Amino acid sequence: MRLCAIFLACLACVALTASAHAGDPPGHSAGAKKSGYLFASPATREMQDDDFNNPAFLWVEKGEALWSRAEGAAGKSCASCHNDAKSSMRGVGASYPKVDAKSGKLLDLEQRINLCRTDHMQATALAWESEGLLGLTTYVKLQSRGMPVNVQIDGPAKAYWEKGKAFYYARRGQLGLACANCHEDNEGHMLRADLLSQGQSNGFPTYRLEWQSLGSLQKRFQGCNSQVRAEPYPLGSEEYLALELFVASRGQGLPIETPSVRK
Amino acid sequence: MAEDVRPRLKIPASAKKGEVIEIKTLVSHQMESGQRKDKDGKVIPRKIINKFVCTMNGKEVFRADLEPAIASNPFISFFLKAEESGTLAFAWTDDDGSVYRAEQKITVT
Amino acid sequence: MQQPRLKRPLPTRRRVLLLAIAGGAAAAASAMFARMAAAGPKEAAAFLAQIGKGTPKDGRIAIKAQEIAENGNTVPLTITVESPMSEKDYVKTVRVAADGNPNPGVVTLHFTPAVGRCEVQIRCRLAQTERVIAVAEMSDGSLWTTAREIKVTIGGCGG
Repeated sequence: MRLCAIFLACLACVALTASAHAGDPPGHSAGAKKSGYLFASPATREMQDDDFNNPAFLWVEKGEALWSRAEGAAGKSCASCHNDAKSSMRGVGASYPKVDAKSGKLLDLEQRINLCRTDHMQATALAWESEGLLGLTTYVKLQSRGMPVNVQIDGPAKAYWEKGKAFYYARRGQLGLACANCHEDNEGHMLRADLLSQGQSNGFPTYRLEWQSLGSLQKRFQGCNSQVRAEPYPLGSEEYLALELFVASRGQGLPIETPSVRK
Repeated sequence: MAEDVRPRLKIPASAKKGEVIEIKTLVSHQMESGQRKDKDGKVIPRKIINKFVCTMNGKEVFRADLEPAIASNPFISFFLKAEESGTLAFAWTDDDGSVYRAEQKITVT
Repeated sequence: MQQPRLKRPLPTRRRVLLLAIAGGAAAAASAMFARMAAAGPKEAAAFLAQIGKGTPKDGRIAIKAQEIAENGNTVPLTITVESPMSEKDYVKTVRVAADGNPNPGVVTLHFTPAVGRCEVQIRCRLAQTERVIAVAEMSDGSLWTTAREIKVTIGGCGG
């Protein structure tokens, strides 16, 4: 407990309670659950508000083009089976990560797309953080924009959810901080110059000003883990996959904002 | 976004004569500053878009010389007074000499 | 509760935490300009002086930006110059510099009366808290300038 107390004390020294969000626009919260949008500065919000100002749409266009491009030995594209993404993918992104009925394994949207490619298209899997995989993931999730996050956490998903929850509350790294220490205990407080958000994932993949690029939720996990001086897990690891599910469930009901813009 | 460079434009399709319209442009480009080092400590060579030109019916209306301090995926917005119908053409010049182009027609009434 | 594993005791845990997080963020924030010396006001002035001869006066040009950038890697800037933008009276050139970047130049904008309104938005990189300075040259040769400090904070985690 000692470290926890010291950590809170240190935050209190530099903290300002964030009360500046009284006039927040609607559509970015679900009760006490708040999207990262509500923790962003006006200039960053402005970049997300207009799809043209949002550089993530460079990737969306790429994803849209890939959707109907035949690749692999089967000579198929995504569209060969799923037709128009605008109708067939509506709501799909909001339900991931999801347990695959065939294998019983938890898959995130990136892995689902790659499984379609390897199984049905007989094409190669796309690399994590590649333009193609980010583009397709974002294009698919965009079709759920405005719909509530709706992930299954019971039944076959329960064990994965429990694993993700355990990860979320476990202290790690040289600083000994759990995800929850920042994003639950100190949400809305300043960590030096940064306003701590709830760490919601409803806007991912997100265009981060720091990255000057679009990036996946798992890439963000790696960043968080490095910052508490823990060894990050590899992209696509089971640990991060379970964490994706738990983090999504924390934001159950929040509207999908993909692709968001964050600092 | 280094694999291929794709410009995006946002321009009204039509405008009234004399109206001042906003033109927004975005292009996918790393804008490698020449200040970064790779994992082995070697400086990654500079590679940026150094010039942006907008012409209306072939006549230059606006130009910008960009420096490495411009963020990745350069966004440039500016204005244009609608005087005549025609084609707005845009060109981004890369350090390696490549020129990325885009154009859009506008109807002025 | 699991304690952090540190190889040797350090002065105070509180300091360790703050320095560590600040250090991580600093490394990330300066990724684009890693370990390079910054330009100074002199270099920035030299970049701006290429615009034309004379001493710029304060006024007519404005820089709109956040007082505190959310991240120094992408800082939206809007440059506006008061001008009728007519054939006889218009803004020819605007140069923008940042006096704490490794290279002082940010952008040089060349206008014609055809734009109708002299306003441009760009997104730039700022390596640290520094002054962004802009100079405009009008069609009559007069020079106008403005500057504003933009704070680039180092600390915290981002996101």
